[in-house]
Amino acid sequence: MAAEKMALAKAINESLRSALEADPKVLVMGEDVGKLGGVFRVTDGLQKDFGESRVIDTPLAESGIVGTAIGLALRGYRPVVEIQFDGFVFPAYDQIVTQLAKMHARSLGKVKLPVVVRIPYGGGIGAVEHHSESPEALFAHVSGLKVVSPSNASDAYWMMQQAIQSDDPVIFFEPKRRYWDKAEVNTEAIPGPLHKARVVREGTDLTLAAYGPMVKLCQEVADAAAEEGKSLEVLDLRSVSPLDFDSIQTSVEKTRRLVVVHEAPVFFGSGAEIAARITERCFYHLEAPVLRVGGYHAPYPPARLEEEYLPGLDRVLDAVDRALAY
Amino acid sequence: MTVESTAPRKPRRSAGTKSTAGKRTTARKSPHAEPELVQLLTPEGERVENAEYDKYVAGITPEELRGLYRDMVLTRRFDAEATSLQRQGELGLWASLLGQEAAQIGSGRALRDDDYVFPTYREHGVAWCRGVDPTNLLGMFRGVNNGGWDPNGNNFHLYTIVIGSQTLHATGYAMGIAKDGADSAVIAYFGDGASSQGDVAESFTFSAVYNAPVVFFCQNNQWAISEPTEKQTRVPLYQRAQGFGFPGVRVDGNDVLASLAVTKWALERARSGEGPTLVEAYTYRMGAHTTSDDPTRYRGDEERLAWEAKDPILRLRRYLEASNHADEGFFAELEAESEALGRRVREAVRAMPDPDHFAMFENVYADGHALVDEERAQFAAYQASFADVEGA
Repeated sequence: MAAEKMALAKAINESLRSALEADPKVLVMGEDVGKLGGVFRVTDGLQKDFGESRVIDTPLAESGIVGTAIGLALRGYRPVVEIQFDGFVFPAYDQIVTQLAKMHARSLGKVKLPVVVRIPYGGGIGAVEHHSESPEALFAHVSGLKVVSPSNASDAYWMMQQAIQSDDPVIFFEPKRRYWDKAEVNTEAIPGPLHKARVVREGTDLTLAAYGPMVKLCQEVADAAAEEGKSLEVLDLRSVSPLDFDSIQTSVEKTRRLVVVHEAPVFFGSGAEIAARITERCFYHLEAPVLRVGGYHAPYPPARLEEEYLPGLDRVLDAVDRALAY
Repeated sequence: MTVESTAPRKPRRSAGTKSTAGKRTTARKSPHAEPELVQLLTPEGERVENAEYDKYVAGITPEELRGLYRDMVLTRRFDAEATSLQRQGELGLWASLLGQEAAQIGSGRALRDDDYVFPTYREHGVAWCRGVDPTNLLGMFRGVNNGGWDPNGNNFHLYTIVIGSQTLHATGYAMGIAKDGADSAVIAYFGDGASSQGDVAESFTFSAVYNAPVVFFCQNNQWAISEPTEKQTRVPLYQRAQGFGFPGVRVDGNDVLASLAVTKWALERARSGEGPTLVEAYTYRMGAHTTSDDPTRYRGDEERLAWEAKDPILRLRRYLEASNHADEGFFAELEAESEALGRRVREAVRAMPDPDHFAMFENVYADGHALVDEERAQFAAYQASFADVEGA
């Protein structure tokens, strides 16, 4: 297999498969990841081919999943654990924040924790409570963790490869509403750096910065704006921690306007950090304040309301208009 | 503490018949009162036979017995020195192991070099058995680092402050041993307070499900800061294991021989593929939880005096003397060695340099992180700005 069109979920599956093949120390762990292949089938067929010792169905205990993965990593394994849904990560939050994130520093670099925590995240699929959240800022705020989110199948394949190879713990947010979106994946390509942003679309009037599920929306926004004669540049940030501020700065120095889009609540979200730092870096270049479009400071609403809560085409276009009006 | 004083009681039901009250008292029997524990040495230093566990210490030589005594005495001396150093302002905090020497030395000496230990923050005696230099244990309490030793150097993991977290790391590590096909084992230390934590329950679940070669060594020292064991459990802690599908045993944690024998038994089970074991070492924390604690607020002298009579060091000394396994020369020499250790620890702590200012940016990530690099550079520039002023 070299280049093939595949869905994002399948790309992660292929990536896990090739990692399991390449390194006997790689393990896949989580609830229902074995026979069922995960509730989204991301791990489909892996247990059949690699056995129960490599692809491990776990008890229903998130802290236990992450805590034992830490122990396995200390023994030399490279566990890739699945948290079934975003809102279920919190029982494991203590292990992730107080243990996984800190152990390398506490040991003065003597132990490494190459653990990947996969979290299907975000809304837009009509799910019930705790199945649609975007808690990435809570993890990005914690030193010792890296936080990434692919937006397309090719990145999903390669970023997973790189996350597994990383000696640092990586929180890997998978945009579940894009699981079925297909794209060309070249498994023999040479990938760029894991934490480098990518210009998805060039433009001159304003920069839209997003990651994960919102990249596709921003491309649609840029299409719509183009019909009105506005030229928007779209950045796929790809990594939330570290954040590629250099690429954002380069783009903003060109376009002089920035709108950040994410599903997570705007308040204390990654957009706030981007706005603050880009204001510091590009104060004399900016023609408008950095604007943010995201969720509200309210619990993720019931599914019949989520289209109102989530950033959509019109809300982002509205922010674009406001920025251009300065 | 009486059962009545801790049992929540609805007024309506307290008017029950005498026999009902009797039943309820039985049901709420204090875990303190459980008599069934493995003991090989009485508090008076008499060797008692135990059909099940004698074989694990059958070949023990007088020299080895003296070694156990030496370990306990030196560990206590080190601990006392650390407590004094905290009082002198040299350490920010200290968690004393006073009273728990037998549980720690007994279990620690049961281990093989290739076994792996996951401690709490009080396992100074186990660290001693693993060959970790005791002065290394003091760095985190002095505030010069958050660890202080290479976990892989002695197969002794860093101290864990969050209660019970390490039991899961131990379980995962043991799962790895099983995958590797190795025959070593893991021991996870935790306390009676930690037994209430979800992570401990999850580690029991995972270790049982995967048949992991791990020994859970709970030092029930009767108090989780000010909370007595009755606030953690209504059944003796070792009985918890049964519900998870593996054996639990209560050992006299003030009896170094019994702690050694029971831990050896549990480790052998782990090595031979029989899975996890819970050992509850029934002991007593004679001092405060940490130097920030004040046990006079929540427990009386009577209790302490009763436990002092069961002192783990005194009991082995009585046995050594009665069996002529040690003479006055041995004790005198050990006393001198203790003093030398105290002096060495004192000097080492006072000589500990403050960490380099840039240390906080080191090892945050294994592969580096752009933000850490940026903030390190900002910090360097800020520091350098003072140098300019000083130089002007």
